[in-house]
Amino acid sequence: MSEAQAERMTGAEIILRALVDQGVEDIFGYPGGAVIPIYDELYQQNKIRHYLVRHEQGATHAAEGYARSTGKPGVVLVTSGPGATNAVTGLTDALLDSIPMVCFTGQVPTTLIGNDAFQECDTVGITRPCTKHNYLVKHVDDLARTIHEAFYVATHGRPGPVVIDVPKDVQFGTGEYVGPENIEHKTYKPQVEGDMVAIEAAVELMAKAKKPIFYTGGGVINSGPEASAALRELVELTDFPITSTLMGLGAYPAQGKNWLGMLGMHGTYEANLAMYDCDVMICIGARFDDRITGRLDAFSPGSKKIHVDIDPSSINKIVAVDIPIVGDCNNVLNAMIAEWKKRKYKADQQALANWKAQIDVWRARDCLAYKPNNDVIMPQYALQRLYELTKDRDTYITTEVGQHQMWAAQFYKFDKPNRLMTSGGLGTMGYGLPAAMGVQVAHPDALVIDIAGDASVMMTIQEMAMSIQHKLPVKIFILNNMYMGMVRQWQQLLHDNRLSETYHDGMPDFVSLAEAFGAVGMRCSDPGELDDAIIKMIETDAPVIFDCRVVNVENCFPMIPSGEPHNKMLLGDEVTDENIGSAIDEEGKVLV
Amino acid sequence: MTSQQPASAYFIAENEEKSERHTLSVVVDNEPGVLARVIGLFSGRGYNIEQLTVSETMQARHISRITIVTSGTAMVVGQIKAQLERLIPVHSVLDLTVEGDAIERELALVKVAGKGENRVEALRMADAFRARVVDASNNSFVFELTGKTRKVDQFVALMKPLGLIEVVRTGIAAISRGPEAMRV
Repeated sequence: MSEAQAERMTGAEIILRALVDQGVEDIFGYPGGAVIPIYDELYQQNKIRHYLVRHEQGATHAAEGYARSTGKPGVVLVTSGPGATNAVTGLTDALLDSIPMVCFTGQVPTTLIGNDAFQECDTVGITRPCTKHNYLVKHVDDLARTIHEAFYVATHGRPGPVVIDVPKDVQFGTGEYVGPENIEHKTYKPQVEGDMVAIEAAVELMAKAKKPIFYTGGGVINSGPEASAALRELVELTDFPITSTLMGLGAYPAQGKNWLGMLGMHGTYEANLAMYDCDVMICIGARFDDRITGRLDAFSPGSKKIHVDIDPSSINKIVAVDIPIVGDCNNVLNAMIAEWKKRKYKADQQALANWKAQIDVWRARDCLAYKPNNDVIMPQYALQRLYELTKDRDTYITTEVGQHQMWAAQFYKFDKPNRLMTSGGLGTMGYGLPAAMGVQVAHPDALVIDIAGDASVMMTIQEMAMSIQHKLPVKIFILNNMYMGMVRQWQQLLHDNRLSETYHDGMPDFVSLAEAFGAVGMRCSDPGELDDAIIKMIETDAPVIFDCRVVNVENCFPMIPSGEPHNKMLLGDEVTDENIGSAIDEEGKVLV
Repeated sequence: MTSQQPASAYFIAENEEKSERHTLSVVVDNEPGVLARVIGLFSGRGYNIEQLTVSETMQARHISRITIVTSGTAMVVGQIKAQLERLIPVHSVLDLTVEGDAIERELALVKVAGKGENRVEALRMADAFRARVVDASNNSFVFELTGKTRKVDQFVALMKPLGLIEVVRTGIAAISRGPEAMRV
């Protein structure tokens, strides 16, 4: 841009202008002393809508929900000091789940930095390990370029959160605005095209496989809807069975004929045993997380492994693989499809039929079975009904963290990408409620449901005020068992049923709580009335807190006990009050 | 496929693979906080730093070179390299140990105090090691020595009985042999 074209404006104006030029329409934030100039600019314009949260953590999770349901970066604006430190949980969450986010934090004026000024903290120091990258902008002339670069970094390669710390004097100062057109990062250029030699070798290995399995993850979702379409085509072409991590649910439809269900600690029996016994594993956009692998030295011992990931550091980090392919999932999947077609490969039909017959034997074990109950609502039943009554609508699901989250993954059948927003890597209780607000902002006409637990939902319940203020008719569906169920389950497994602090005494009346916020409160404890209540919830054009009273002591199975491999699953109908305490051995007890 | 498992919360079996010493050369933008990013990566992920040397090497382009000596199994060192490359201000990372036969030098300043025979012997040793005397008083010397880490170790060990007072070392600077430069 030539000197003549350069526009001069204040730092606060630069921020708003850069957001508009980046295509941002909605931001989530909370004002404070160090960002007042930016809020003053927000007030005087109408291109960017601001959603006021009630705690900065809520802003970050709302931005995550917005980002994950749209594929666009979520934008957060918070003040210095406590504003920034409150955002740390959401930044870390976004880092672990690879969510694109740009977070602006106010900072004390440059002249005061380092003086322990009021509401000062070392934001770039604190957020360095919990962001993909961060910046402290000390000169207003650097601001526009830094913002555009931040959006580039947040959305390219493996997505992640980026913090831009802007001192107050930089917001007031006048500088030059540059547009996003000529911004190219000088060093950060992620590899997106897979190496063809590796792809050819991978496809050849797939064609020869006798017991293959696709193991896919959130990378497929992050790669965009085209990647999910390509994955479906490749599965159709090869006819291989497929399982997915929590973060990858929906990339392949749960109704698809090759679907095995989720894998991992609370994954299905058939998915985990197929992972254990396979001879070729095709991992696409997943990272061999410990929730997935279980005991590492017995992880899928007889397989050749292909790993496609956009982040080279994910490859050979935990499990050594035979064919690593660095690249964007969409590109690599399409290259694999082309290669399979070009070579006219055909899977070994006899071997594949035998493999599927074996999988059907495992499937017949019906690992998700639970004892039906006519008197109290079983949590699994509640989610089955929620699914049946919402599946034909434009529905987005968020979850909190715990048993209800795993039941949601097991019983809600996701058939499209970007429909499940959940905290996978960090496991942040309190994620789902504000994330639902972010999803609703992005999809105003959709049905957005937070499948919550009674413990998690209390962590960010203040954001109900945001839903009222901004008319976001989210549905908070609480599976209320009066316990921190997942922790209690572990106490039963590991600590002789000593339920230390996991019972909720002093639970609020969720119906009154909803009404206190100005939302609609509902309660249901009778399985016979559940359908009508869920329908009423769906048809309410306002935020709803639905207190679904479920059986108190149900646990989440199947489960790979910590320290065990995939073939040592614990099934629900094998677990009794007597043997639950001995399911995990001494070595396993130290693990999380 | 059983070999090569790195440190992990879920790693149970003892890792029997040998830990090796590796020298990594890292080209970075010389900007505030870049060293903190590198060091934070090592401490945050539990990697080991044995030696660290950093200085700007291309002033016009604001580029610094960091030389890190670390240790780990081949898989862990591979992971360290990949994690370093993931940092946004990092241009490139070269594992000089894998490249093979790199030149490694460090500089040490060694203060020795003593009189009589010890003083003469210290001077004789310094001569044998081609250390230079950079400061001298009636009863002390400061020697400047460059060389491989082992040579410096050896010199320091020899000075111990002769009145070693203190040592400072730079950590190594390393460069590959031959005409090629590292990618910047």
